[in-house]
Amino acid sequence: MEFEAIIGLEVHAQLLTDTKIFCGCSSKFGAAPNSHTCPVCLGMPGVLPVLNKKVVEYAVKMALATNCTINPTCEFARKNYFYPDLPKGYQISQYVYPLAEHGYVELEVNGGKKKIGITRIHMEEDAGKLLHDEYNPVSYVDLNRTGVPLIEIVSEPDIRSAEEAANYLKSLHEVLVYLEICDGNMEEGSFRCDANVSIRPKGQKEFGTRAELKNMNSFRNVQRALEYEIKRQQYIVENGGTVVQETRLWDDAQGATHSMRGKEEAHDYRYFPDPDLVPVIVDTAWIDRIRADMPELPQDKRERFIRYYQIPAYDAGVLTADKALAQYYEEVVAICAQPKQAANWLMGDVMKFLNEDRRTIRECPIIAASLAEMINLVEAGTISGKMAKDIVEEMYRSGKGPKEVIAEKGMVQITDRDTLIHTASVTVDEHPQQAADYRAGKEKLFGFFVGQIMKKTQGKANPQLVNEILKEILDKKND
Amino acid sequence: MKLTAQEVEYVAHLARLEITPQEKEKFTAQLNDILLYIDKLNELDTKGVEPMSHAIGVTNAFREDKVAASIGTETTLANAPDARGEFFRVPKVIE
Amino acid sequence: MELYQSTIHELHDKIKEGKTTATEITKAVLQRIDTVEGKVHSYIRVMKDEALAAAAATDKEITKGNIKLLSGIPIALKDIVCTKGITTTCGSYILHNFVPPYDATVVEKLRAAGAIFVGKANMDEFAMGSSTETSYFGPTRNPWDLECIPGGSSGGSAAAVAADECVASIGSDTGGSIRQPAALCGIVGMKPTYGRVSRFGLIAFASSLDQIGPFTKDVEDCAIMMNVLAGYDPKESTSVNVEVPDYRQFVGRDIKGWKVGIPKEYFVEGIDPEVKAAIEEAIKTMEKCGAKSVEISLPHTQYCLAVYYIIAPAEASSNLARYDGVKYGFRAPAAELLDMYKKTRMQGFGAEVKRRIMIGTYALSAGYYDAYYKKASQVRALIKRDFEEAFKKCDVILTPTTPTPAFKIGEKTDNPLQMYLSDIFTISANLAGIPGISVLCGFTKIGLPVGAQFLAGHFQEGKLIQVASVFEKEAQSEKRRPKL
Repeated sequence: MEFEAIIGLEVHAQLLTDTKIFCGCSSKFGAAPNSHTCPVCLGMPGVLPVLNKKVVEYAVKMALATNCTINPTCEFARKNYFYPDLPKGYQISQYVYPLAEHGYVELEVNGGKKKIGITRIHMEEDAGKLLHDEYNPVSYVDLNRTGVPLIEIVSEPDIRSAEEAANYLKSLHEVLVYLEICDGNMEEGSFRCDANVSIRPKGQKEFGTRAELKNMNSFRNVQRALEYEIKRQQYIVENGGTVVQETRLWDDAQGATHSMRGKEEAHDYRYFPDPDLVPVIVDTAWIDRIRADMPELPQDKRERFIRYYQIPAYDAGVLTADKALAQYYEEVVAICAQPKQAANWLMGDVMKFLNEDRRTIRECPIIAASLAEMINLVEAGTISGKMAKDIVEEMYRSGKGPKEVIAEKGMVQITDRDTLIHTASVTVDEHPQQAADYRAGKEKLFGFFVGQIMKKTQGKANPQLVNEILKEILDKKND
Repeated sequence: MKLTAQEVEYVAHLARLEITPQEKEKFTAQLNDILLYIDKLNELDTKGVEPMSHAIGVTNAFREDKVAASIGTETTLANAPDARGEFFRVPKVIE
Repeated sequence: MELYQSTIHELHDKIKEGKTTATEITKAVLQRIDTVEGKVHSYIRVMKDEALAAAAATDKEITKGNIKLLSGIPIALKDIVCTKGITTTCGSYILHNFVPPYDATVVEKLRAAGAIFVGKANMDEFAMGSSTETSYFGPTRNPWDLECIPGGSSGGSAAAVAADECVASIGSDTGGSIRQPAALCGIVGMKPTYGRVSRFGLIAFASSLDQIGPFTKDVEDCAIMMNVLAGYDPKESTSVNVEVPDYRQFVGRDIKGWKVGIPKEYFVEGIDPEVKAAIEEAIKTMEKCGAKSVEISLPHTQYCLAVYYIIAPAEASSNLARYDGVKYGFRAPAAELLDMYKKTRMQGFGAEVKRRIMIGTYALSAGYYDAYYKKASQVRALIKRDFEEAFKKCDVILTPTTPTPAFKIGEKTDNPLQMYLSDIFTISANLAGIPGISVLCGFTKIGLPVGAQFLAGHFQEGKLIQVASVFEKEAQSEKRRPKL
């Protein structure tokens, strides 16, 4: 029997605001434990939350970028449960009236496009952190993260494979980072994902029993966990068993998912509207202001690059995957006006160096103007393509401009015709035997002469000119 | 009876309250009395009535995204029944 | 007359005229506390040293000519408002050792107005009660009859004013917790419009109903206190940014031609005959003052209590989840977390608090939300609508504050529903968010005070001060004091 997977993802993204969602404490990662705290985020008696306006604006940006409908009124609700990292005994979230609903993102699937529905996007507060003691039966609570703003993005169960899930996630991640509303750091937990997955025989309409997967902190792990889980469920069904509805944790080291607890407690969160917070009304004027403040989204940028710069879709994809890279590229092209060359240099040598050093384009020692200048020098024939490779490497290592590197290394190409005619003539005269053989039809020897000339000029001779002149000399003597 | 002793036990667990057998019995009786009284509301037809969760219709109460001073680790932990170093300490979680 | 018996405006005048000092007044009040506190038990904590230090500092300001609205006025705070550096218990063992690192907004405002805090007043645990008997720190007694309850939950604040253990005090009112004890102790108590006085630093019972207000010896003092307390607070999302008038200007203004609404539904259920008689007398008094009484209807009155006993416990069950033994307050020792939670909350909370947490948790739990919480929220909307309709026909509404005068300590502790019924006339104002004031309107034969309640539309506290001050002047020819 053939099966298909039904996958829905819940993504939690921390918003890049300066302060927490309901108080003025800094939301920066990495502070000393329990130092980014105040009576409000500590849930002390009698304190009250006041909503950070920027959280709404950032959430609206994501909603617009994912084609959601922004609800005219939304409200916060309390999700009640006890846990030491939840100081109030409830999490302020949204329930019946979320910020936005009914959106989608478009994925490239086998050359075509596929829409993955977004059920809803809502705002909520993050919980703190619990650290378990390895040796003693105690845990330690750090409440710095408590109240850091999150948006939860819930997808429809439209995803059909682990790979598609990874692509969907990458797409959300890219948009969040593009919008500059989330730093996207999965290791620090700024971008987290849980998955609901079930399988069903192909053609069946009803969904199977689903498992909820947690603890996948990279794109790769999401994909691996889903692949594993789909196989696991398939094995159960094929062997006459039934899948249990439960939460399962991904174990990276073992490459497997494990049931979280033997006895799954029924969730009874007792949601109700938070009486301490008032409804949020996002009217069209406000939406328009937020929209006007939004950058070009990755998909739009990709299409523009293909159309405007006439570069291949693949190149456009690579260059727009990172907003800073795309910006760098555009700066280069603005100066050198050679889109394809610029793409090649950037995606080739420059990215290779950056990857080797684990640097981002922001940390690239070569400024855009220098790379553009270098491309212009190649185009003008001042340097050869081969020389350019060495020059770019030197520019990367030293941070110097192309002309400086060329001057230092004396790397200017010899393009003076008379000089090259002289060198070529001497070279031909020095090898009469080879010249005679060439003229007798051994045309392969042409390369030998080019090599000899390059040797003499330490590679600085303009290869096109050398070809031209050499041909003239060898052919002339034949007459 | 609206509420059984078993349900009272479940609710007590949800609310993280340990209750003695005597309390369970007493609560079951008292909560039933109260719920019975509350049943009055079912006399009313409320179809189409928008539920009211705020006494006054304030909307869009915001603060600007400006950092205000935190109170510091020492003050944060000053009231803690059990603090260790820079952390609150709690007994281990048994799932 | 003794200094401690004086009102705010009397003392203010004396200070201005240089006839007394903050220290003198504070000492007089502290002396009075020493004398009667053993009988009444208004306080959880008397702040003697802090009060004397504040009084000395105030006197320095006064000599510089810096006299503020409440300079040198000894004030008691219900132990539900947070005071920086001063233990704030909310009447509960679970917070018996909690020292807030912040002040409630009202505390900041009162201090800025020159008030001297003399103590943290007793209250029902987490304000859940109508008699101040559920306090972990023992009951407060009614100064008019020490066998009786002072009302609740702000019983300590009310008794302290009635027994002259402070000049004015702060209470909080979720279902009548200011007006009911004010009535039973024969003083003035106001619950302002929801959102009028900041709730920041007020330990939450039911957030959509809670409101802070003053207890005073007369209506003019109430106006002065409201001038200090009222106003928008950016720290509270539900705070309302509406201009605050000078409430004092309403004191004594005539009410000729006013229509006083008498809701017929408030005179049918088990109301004490003496209370009924006192209110009938009050209606006549109003007419003597030139107002006209009109019968009005608040058709959903009989549902108020049921709505309240879903919404308040539901919100409370969530608000009180933070008392889990992790960050502050009491923790019961236990080897693992779940056990720690359950033991801490079992030992830390009293019976009434647990009962309400149970009701509230149940009303919100899966499968019951629609039948209870949602239904109650819908009926709440109908109750609010009743008042909107009523205020089209009248300026203010007059009702008894309570169905009976003060009852005996222990009389209703075993019957929660009977206890809840003592709030039956006050709850509707909290559900609708409207302001209310209770003012003395007479005494029973055995000498227990009876209160009249006036209600007005949202942000119409001025009207309440106007009508209550006129009524007070006309109705209270003789000034009685409790014999202690």
